[in-house]
Amino acid sequence: MSQATLRIQKISGHAGTVPGEDTQREFTVCKLVDTTTCIGCKACEVACVEWNDMPFSQTTFDNTYQTMPDTRWNYWNLILFNEHEREDGTLQWLMRKHQCMHCAEPGCLEACPADGAIVQYTNGVVDFQQDHCIGCGYCVTGCPFNIPKFNSVTKRMYKCSLCTDRVSQGLEPACIKSCPTGCLHFGSKDDMKFLAEKRAKQLREHFGYENAGVYDPPGVGGTGVIYVLHDATKPELYGGLPSNPTIPLAVKFWKHPLKWLGNIALVGGLIGLFAHYLRFGPKAHDEPDVASKEGD
Amino acid sequence: MTNGWVDMKNTDMMLIMGGNPAENHPCGFKWPVEAKRTRNAKMIVVDPRFTRTAAVADMFCQIRAGTDIAFLGGLIHYAIENNRIAKDYLVNYTNAGFIVEKDFKLPDVDGLFSGFDDQKQTYNRASWNYQGSGGKSPAPPAPKPGQPPALPALPGTVDFDPTLENPNCVFQLLKKHYSRYTPEMVERITGIPKEQFLKAADLYTSVRKDGDMKKVSTIIYAVGWTHHSFGTQIIRTAAILQLVMGNVGRAGGGVNALRGHSNIQGATDMAGLFDSLPGYLKTPTPADASFDDWMKRVTPTSSKPAAWDSFNYYSNTPKFTVSFLKALYGDAATKQNGWAFDYLPKVDRNYSWVQMWDDMYNGTLKGMLAFGMNGVAIGPNSKKNIDALKKADFLVVGEIYPNETSDFWRAPGISTDEMKQIQTTVYNLPCAGFAEKDGSMTNSARWVLWKNTAVPTPGDARLDHAILAQIFLKVRELYKKEGGKFPDPILNLTWNYSFPSSPPLAEVLKEINGKALADLEDPATKQQIKAGQQLPGFAWLKDDGTTSCGNWIYSGAFTEAGNQSARRDPSDPSGMGVHPAWGWSWPANRRVLYNRASCDVEGKPWDPSRKQVWWSEATQKWVGNDVPDFKADSKPKDHMGPFIMTAEGVGRIFGPLAAFADGPFPEFYEPIESPIDNPLHPQQTHNPVVKRFKTPDDKYGTPKDGYTIVCTTYRMTEHYHYWTKNNPMNVQLVPEPFIEIPAELANDIGVHGGEKIKVSSIRGEYIAKAMVTKRIKPMIIDGKKVYQIGFQIHQGYRGIEEDEGKNARTLANLLTPTVYDPNSYTPEFKGFLVKVERA
Repeated sequence: MSQATLRIQKISGHAGTVPGEDTQREFTVCKLVDTTTCIGCKACEVACVEWNDMPFSQTTFDNTYQTMPDTRWNYWNLILFNEHEREDGTLQWLMRKHQCMHCAEPGCLEACPADGAIVQYTNGVVDFQQDHCIGCGYCVTGCPFNIPKFNSVTKRMYKCSLCTDRVSQGLEPACIKSCPTGCLHFGSKDDMKFLAEKRAKQLREHFGYENAGVYDPPGVGGTGVIYVLHDATKPELYGGLPSNPTIPLAVKFWKHPLKWLGNIALVGGLIGLFAHYLRFGPKAHDEPDVASKEGD
Repeated sequence: MTNGWVDMKNTDMMLIMGGNPAENHPCGFKWPVEAKRTRNAKMIVVDPRFTRTAAVADMFCQIRAGTDIAFLGGLIHYAIENNRIAKDYLVNYTNAGFIVEKDFKLPDVDGLFSGFDDQKQTYNRASWNYQGSGGKSPAPPAPKPGQPPALPALPGTVDFDPTLENPNCVFQLLKKHYSRYTPEMVERITGIPKEQFLKAADLYTSVRKDGDMKKVSTIIYAVGWTHHSFGTQIIRTAAILQLVMGNVGRAGGGVNALRGHSNIQGATDMAGLFDSLPGYLKTPTPADASFDDWMKRVTPTSSKPAAWDSFNYYSNTPKFTVSFLKALYGDAATKQNGWAFDYLPKVDRNYSWVQMWDDMYNGTLKGMLAFGMNGVAIGPNSKKNIDALKKADFLVVGEIYPNETSDFWRAPGISTDEMKQIQTTVYNLPCAGFAEKDGSMTNSARWVLWKNTAVPTPGDARLDHAILAQIFLKVRELYKKEGGKFPDPILNLTWNYSFPSSPPLAEVLKEINGKALADLEDPATKQQIKAGQQLPGFAWLKDDGTTSCGNWIYSGAFTEAGNQSARRDPSDPSGMGVHPAWGWSWPANRRVLYNRASCDVEGKPWDPSRKQVWWSEATQKWVGNDVPDFKADSKPKDHMGPFIMTAEGVGRIFGPLAAFADGPFPEFYEPIESPIDNPLHPQQTHNPVVKRFKTPDDKYGTPKDGYTIVCTTYRMTEHYHYWTKNNPMNVQLVPEPFIEIPAELANDIGVHGGEKIKVSSIRGEYIAKAMVTKRIKPMIIDGKKVYQIGFQIHQGYRGIEEDEGKNARTLANLLTPTVYDPNSYTPEFKGFLVKVERA
């Protein structure tokens, strides 16, 4: 994605200094998804596919209104439909817009070993730079929301860019623009938090949703996509939204205490490799792998 | 709609029933959501399925398809019993206090109103009248053989009881009529448990607690109400409920029909039905011997209590009609020839949709021009329509894609040999999509909105109206050359467009708006209009041939000030969602109809925080944020009724005389195929005036034949009718048809979600994958366990997936019965019987 007018504050797998590190831009951007007014119309899905010039996705009906089981490398935004029977026998049909959460502390970026393949801009947007991506898939391990997806043809990882090309020009993301009911909002994190809390209060006081609340999980430093939920104590009901997402321990260790160990091991490995070459000489060429050319 | 989309933001309470706006009107649905967000408005959804709309509602009731009248009748009963009625409104703005003829009989005993003729299966409606004096003998033209006898007229002066206590007044009859619709009866018929019904009734009527008039509630519906053999009466029940609660004419209130296509309102306004002329003027029949006869029959005279006034705006019918005939025939329409009355076709019988296909099936209709619709797929009983087309001489289809109608000859089940036998000549004409032409669209809120051409037509495609114009010019040429039996209506039709072979649509809208044919002057204001100038509105129309107007309700859409429908000023000075300079709404740019009723008798708004119009003592006029729907200088003390389009000037709780074919009050009847006998009167289960068809393709199933499951059909957000199966973007969202069935039923027949099942009615089969869901529950109907299922209508045998052989290629309407509402002629697509098995 274009970085023309966006400043970077975090870079994956980067040894040196980061130009925007520790700087505070004017504001962090945020999407607010009010699940209590989402009608599951999928306008945001279509807007995402069209704006990002994605190809047609083959789908199959699978006992649900949901377009496909999960997001794909070329389908970044998906409404999840969940039927839920409450204790009093009444039914809820919960619809949640599922996409990259743009975590303040992004597990994908933490986990990524490729220098510059994942960046976080000073406005909080986490963006994949496919030019630098090595397709290792470590970002998947780091992500508590199961977002990054692999394209087996390009061998790169993809996900929602929060329409950086639009946002950097002062526009709202395509999904937000297409929403007909006003269930989607876009603005500064502070403003979105204010709106979300206000709506949650209204739901508690006037519509009988005692546990209505805002989903902005602290385990990942808060997110750039926040939800108003009818029942914030049970985010799992909304298509497996984790109640307390965190970056996996393994990723944290790999990037911090264990990183120097890894570096020593890497240098050791290289020395070993060189020694092996000196001792045994080059290996004879095997038949090259036939890579699958089939797209997902 | 009485109100409009944006106006819904003003409501306190919504009953959404017979419609699924979140699914089918997602953009308009922002306004109900806005009411929830800004006013804490509550939303009740009543539907056969837990829908996308139900997902954001405050309360949901699962109703058996086709039992809406029982539910709404129950609400009326509840409102009356619990004093949640608008007493002043009822007395002054409705016919609640009007005394009804002694001979009138309610259907409480045998399910029939007075006057039923068993032989003809119609009502003699003479007793469905008010008691009173004057005006009862209009000396109607003698009916021709086979025509129904002419009815007496309404009395000029109606007997009236302002206390509403006279046992024969409309209110007491209403109370008696719906006293049978108890919560227990509602449960037996609809399957909605009594406690749940009472909760919904309490919530909906809570806006009128102790008769307080401040709050307001709205009813929102769509084709879930019209697609029944008693659809008109469902909507009547809603209208009665809203009148009883004083919700009509008020911001955030009313009875609001959500139209299913972008311009279907415009189509209806421009005489989409066979029995109306543009602007809902009634067509002449063979019994009308002359223009004057016709006008006498269709122009109402006022009928009201002696002390009251009635504007009776339809008394202007001759002005609208003469101006219409001047627009059609220009100088050839003169006073001497009855304004070319003889040129107009006389409607001698029913030419409605279902009847047309029946005529083609029976060989009397020989050909069809099918533009902008997919006749085989959209009508009920698709097989009958396909069989009918096989017998036609020709079919012309103007479309942007090949569809089930243009390709009827290769519907599944037709063998190659049979294909060779079909002699119908089919002409496929590539036409223009909506973005490829300009013109106006009229939305559900009656807003006429101009649009521009976005892209040119591709390839050989042509504008639909250009094709029709060229056919007309060719026919005219033939008449000129060869004469013919009666060439006058063709040769004298006005066709003064700058490009006759492709009339610019702006010129057509100007013609519809109307112009002065001579210099005119308003005697009151001395305002002058020169001959040839566009008229500012229908108040200027004359019955002396000095004005022309293609559709009186659209007069004002294209004035000397320009194309009003093209205005795009979003400002809304009152904040009430009026947006007076955004497009133009009929009539007279009025956004809420009957808005005089938003005030009390003195002319003060019921709710000062939602002021629409009011009586200004200073100017002695009605003024307001909206255009007053009233005689501007009629003083409140004159007691003119706010419902100026009825002869009575008041809202009709009782629909007198010819207003309805099947009863002056709505009575619950079962759909033509129903799982039980009508619990109200088992000896009269169905609407008694509904007609069944008799061709071999017309069959009606019963539980005895094994058809025990109630089935309904619907549309989805992801698709637009039968078009979008040609568009990859829509296809990827919903790639194939599916049938929604309750988990319990799936268990009974041993089917899992995603496996194929076969749904059959007595007319045909539909095969698709099952969606096993908790969103439809088994119901207890009159003590019996009844399953209800439903499926969407969007697929067929032409489209991306279909052409690749991936879908079952069956049409939803292969299953639906040929039967229709006796007032609107709309087919019963919803609430028929089926059986379900593994495929």
